[in-house]
Amino acid sequence: MSITNGVTALFHRVLSQISDPSIEWVGFRGLRKITTQYFVRDGLPDENDRNDTHGVMVEVLVNGQFGYAATARLTEEGMHRAVAEAKIQAQAAARFAVHEFSIAQRPRNVSTYQSDCLKPFSGISAADVYGELIRISSRLKISDRIVKTTAFIRTVETDLRFVTSNGSNASQQFSLITTDFEATARNGNIVQSRSDGGFRAKSYQGGWEFFLSDDLWMRVNQVAEQALELAFDSVECPDTTLDLVLKPDQMMLQIHETVGHPLELDRILGDERNFAGWSFVNTGDFGCLQYGSPLMNVTFDPTSKTQFASYGFDDTGVQAACEHLIKDGLLVRGLGGSESQLRSKLAGVANMRATSWNRPAIDRMANINLEPGNSSFDEILTDIKSGVLMESNRSWSIDDFRNKFQFGCEYGKLIENGRLTTTVRNPNYRGITLPFWHSLKKVGNASTVTQHGTPYCGKGEPHQIIGVGHTSPVCLFEQINVFGGAE
Amino acid sequence: MKNYFQSLASAIFRELRQEEHLFLNLAGDDSQFIRINEAKVRQSGVVENYFLDFTFVLGEVEGSLKKGSGQITLCLNEQDDLNRLRARLEDLRKELPNFPVDPYAELPAKKSDESVHESSASLLARGEAVKTLVNPWAGYDVAGFYAAGQIVRGMANSAGLFHWFRMENFSFDYSLFTPAQKALKAHYFSARWDDDKYSRQVQDSILKRSLLEKNSVKISPGQYRVYLTPSAVADILNILGEALGELAIQTSKSAMRFLRSGEKRLSDKFTLIEDFTDGLVPQFNEEGELAPNKLILIENGKLQSTLIHSRTAREYGLRANGAGRRECLRAPVVLSGNLSEPEILKSLGTGIYISNLHYLNWSDEVNGRITGMTRYACFWVIEGKISSPIENLRFDESIFDLLGSSLEQLTKFDEYILETLTYGYRQIGGIRTPGMLLSKMNFTL
Repeated sequence: MSITNGVTALFHRVLSQISDPSIEWVGFRGLRKITTQYFVRDGLPDENDRNDTHGVMVEVLVNGQFGYAATARLTEEGMHRAVAEAKIQAQAAARFAVHEFSIAQRPRNVSTYQSDCLKPFSGISAADVYGELIRISSRLKISDRIVKTTAFIRTVETDLRFVTSNGSNASQQFSLITTDFEATARNGNIVQSRSDGGFRAKSYQGGWEFFLSDDLWMRVNQVAEQALELAFDSVECPDTTLDLVLKPDQMMLQIHETVGHPLELDRILGDERNFAGWSFVNTGDFGCLQYGSPLMNVTFDPTSKTQFASYGFDDTGVQAACEHLIKDGLLVRGLGGSESQLRSKLAGVANMRATSWNRPAIDRMANINLEPGNSSFDEILTDIKSGVLMESNRSWSIDDFRNKFQFGCEYGKLIENGRLTTTVRNPNYRGITLPFWHSLKKVGNASTVTQHGTPYCGKGEPHQIIGVGHTSPVCLFEQINVFGGAE
Repeated sequence: MKNYFQSLASAIFRELRQEEHLFLNLAGDDSQFIRINEAKVRQSGVVENYFLDFTFVLGEVEGSLKKGSGQITLCLNEQDDLNRLRARLEDLRKELPNFPVDPYAELPAKKSDESVHESSASLLARGEAVKTLVNPWAGYDVAGFYAAGQIVRGMANSAGLFHWFRMENFSFDYSLFTPAQKALKAHYFSARWDDDKYSRQVQDSILKRSLLEKNSVKISPGQYRVYLTPSAVADILNILGEALGELAIQTSKSAMRFLRSGEKRLSDKFTLIEDFTDGLVPQFNEEGELAPNKLILIENGKLQSTLIHSRTAREYGLRANGAGRRECLRAPVVLSGNLSEPEILKSLGTGIYISNLHYLNWSDEVNGRITGMTRYACFWVIEGKISSPIENLRFDESIFDLLGSSLEQLTKFDEYILETLTYGYRQIGGIRTPGMLLSKMNFTL
């Protein structure tokens, strides 16, 4: 897939025609994104869509202020008009700017990046994909007591071109895939749903290899059986304080909400205060704050190629690199791109990203991962006298400073004397970020690690949804407040 | 833009072959965005984006149709846009014969009369907006977001139906902070910028900020009497709106099934209607069906109607009522009560005055329990007098208590809480609601 024929040449041509000496820098981020998705309910087709969007984000630097103009008019006239509009924005804002920027925040980049894709999307017809989802949805209905089944797949192919007046000429081609299926079982007023690791949490970078995998039908059967188990053979999660074991498909959410967001430098600098919120972390905390137990090691890794949010460079041209955010429990680095780094005088990462051509880049998570520890799954369970295991997120909420959270999961198991016993429905837990991470007692080894992601991280003004990735081992947290549903 | 959309639609409809049908939906905006932090500009720019959704249907008999959908971004060169649309339809001509039959797909029809709604505004000049917005806040810590410009929605189908909605407006949604990081939330929106009105609103916000200067008190988890401002009620309605879709009830996802069965009920003081009479949102849905001017959803605590899209109607043998495909609230209005503004604190007595809520989510969706946080200017009230701001609290509460057994009174006044989301493109509409006095709300953290 190519953005449009000749768009890079168009960008260079327009650049060469700009002679306005008041414009210190011009950048074009052209993008074409094709999103294809299918949704099947109860074995019947429900939705199939192919969305094809294209356009360019034009940025100019005037008097130390960036102004932007986004347009889908990919012509010389359309782009010159956008440059002029962006200049008006930059000029008007420069006198009132939160900080003065320079060309250093848009470094030259001439690299290319392409997702690894073992089984390209072009290899299977749309009808065959639809057919496979119908088979999954039908196979999930293993009993009349299953009242609803769904199956979903989305692929995203993106072609990005980055051309700037300081010599950037870079491109990135992404192939993303998200799959999901779910069964809902009903036992009178007890209604329980079980999905394949949580809502849209199977999100990867790659091709069909992440859909038509060897374990697909085993997972389909397990989801259906566990939906029945939850509705017909489970107990309500107790309302008490217990040791809590979280599987990676819930750790993903825990990392996202209580590590990723609080460490975003634009939040810490207050940019998000009117919408997504602030952070309990201050600029003075880096290098000083013991965020969690010494077992806690968190990395920002956009170089892990099969993870959902990997890339070669961010949307300002900064080359991507893996960095530790938290090392042995100590906060060492924030999630801030070149602009936040300048404003905060803190080290950061290459993470200024935009959801599409029509939104400006802001500080985002990429892949935020909890590094594995030393414990096997059995070793994690073995010392627990009374606990609960939870997996697959279904509910999430946290305050605007990222302190008080409450999360819910699809599926749980009681842990009694080191063994998994009774199935638990409506498992929920709540806590406060720093005490929670200080209660981290065991971190699973590499054998317990799985990879997840979500396409739905929301932030920014104007608002933007973007994809992020998270890998994690299984983890044990001591003495956490757990509780059940509203039955 | 209306002429462009009509011309493009006519051109593609003319090219349809036998047994081919098409729905088109246009959405987008041409907007200026200014993001403010510390009363200075963090980012500013303009975005012009229009997205054309289409659903291509193959066949002549409902029950045996095949369909495929998609979206293209309009570049606003008619020949180029037409070529993109043609190319996508050509793909579907090849793909659809191999797709399964969609038993609930529908053929386009002329189900309503054509409608055209156009409203213009008097907006700040794009080069002047920053100065006008920021200047009055000198010396104060304000963070906010200004969005202004044209928003369009259009619908056309190959049976000859056409609907058009275009509006211009601006909104400045902001948070004013104290040095101790406490804040109040306010919003100035209109179709006509008024310097005097803006100045008065700024001064009013600065005055109200003084209420936040006292030290915050930490309230222990437990049950408290509560007053929810219209903004806080709107947050609850936003989440309730997802539960009033007929499909969500039919598939046991929504706790509103308990209202239908009569096992639960809401307060007889609570009446919720969809009301399109103010013309602030399009009355047509993606298929061109018009919602009734007013649709009573919950009347005196009892479920009267749900939001039924035509697809759901076909699946379950019901009558559609013009709901959108997602079966969400589009023009919700909660009827007011008798509590006058001066009586709010006195009626609250001792409890919590909640200005805003934050990050609501179902903690048990099928049983109707919601969790969320207090946010912004929330106060501990003792015997009818504001005592001090509170540290934020988490609540976890059944919707059947919040809007049912715990609902003591609604205010006489109501407010229109504008939808300010800009995911994808600028959203439209809002919620009109009074405030609510609750006998108890359950706080857990």
